[in-house]
Amino acid sequence: MARIAGVDLPKNKRTIIGLTYIFGIGKASAQNICAKSGVDESKRVKDLTEDEVAKIRKIIQDEYKVEGSLKTEINMNIKRLMDINSVRGYRHHRGLPVHGQRTKTNARTRKGRKRLVGGKKK
Amino acid sequence: MARSIKKGPYIDLSLEKKINKLNDENKKVVVKTWARRSTIPPEFVGHTIAVHNGIKFIPVYISENMVGHKLGEFAPTRTFRGHGGKMAERMTKLK
Repeated sequence: MARIAGVDLPKNKRTIIGLTYIFGIGKASAQNICAKSGVDESKRVKDLTEDEVAKIRKIIQDEYKVEGSLKTEINMNIKRLMDINSVRGYRHHRGLPVHGQRTKTNARTRKGRKRLVGGKKK
Repeated sequence: MARSIKKGPYIDLSLEKKINKLNDENKKVVVKTWARRSTIPPEFVGHTIAVHNGIKFIPVYISENMVGHKLGEFAPTRTFRGHGGKMAERMTKLK
């Protein structure tokens, strides 16, 4: 079982897909890693030798920010925006879209499930 | 889309001049400005700039990690008072 950066890779998937299960590695970086370590990207994860796993692990450790440290970096960036009182920080704080999207309708990803607001009673 | 690097950051000319003058004289005065689109260069750090939000000037104290942002980011132009409920109603009346 290949365990890289604290994540168990799925056994039966191709290496290039398996690597994307690590937070911070998408298809492009997975391709780069495969090319760099000389591992055939179509090889199944369970067929990787210890050597190859070690190689991949080293490349990820040296050149990529993944999992925990990447998550902390993202959170730090958001916290910075909030601390300097910028509009972007405020939008993060209120859970609204940050990049100027409309909020009259949609924006449900950021705002979550619809909450109904009671109408005026006469 | 981001601004071309070749041009460098956009900084409001007259505001920059004013701040540079203040820096030379080692003075700190609140400077009123409408230039919300101006980027904050490192020279502005430590000054207080009153940024117009469409109604009034919001005093913004420029700290170090604001460098690179635009002035307008720190003077919100809209006030959201919430939807529905008693609180919201009272808030709208206040205005």
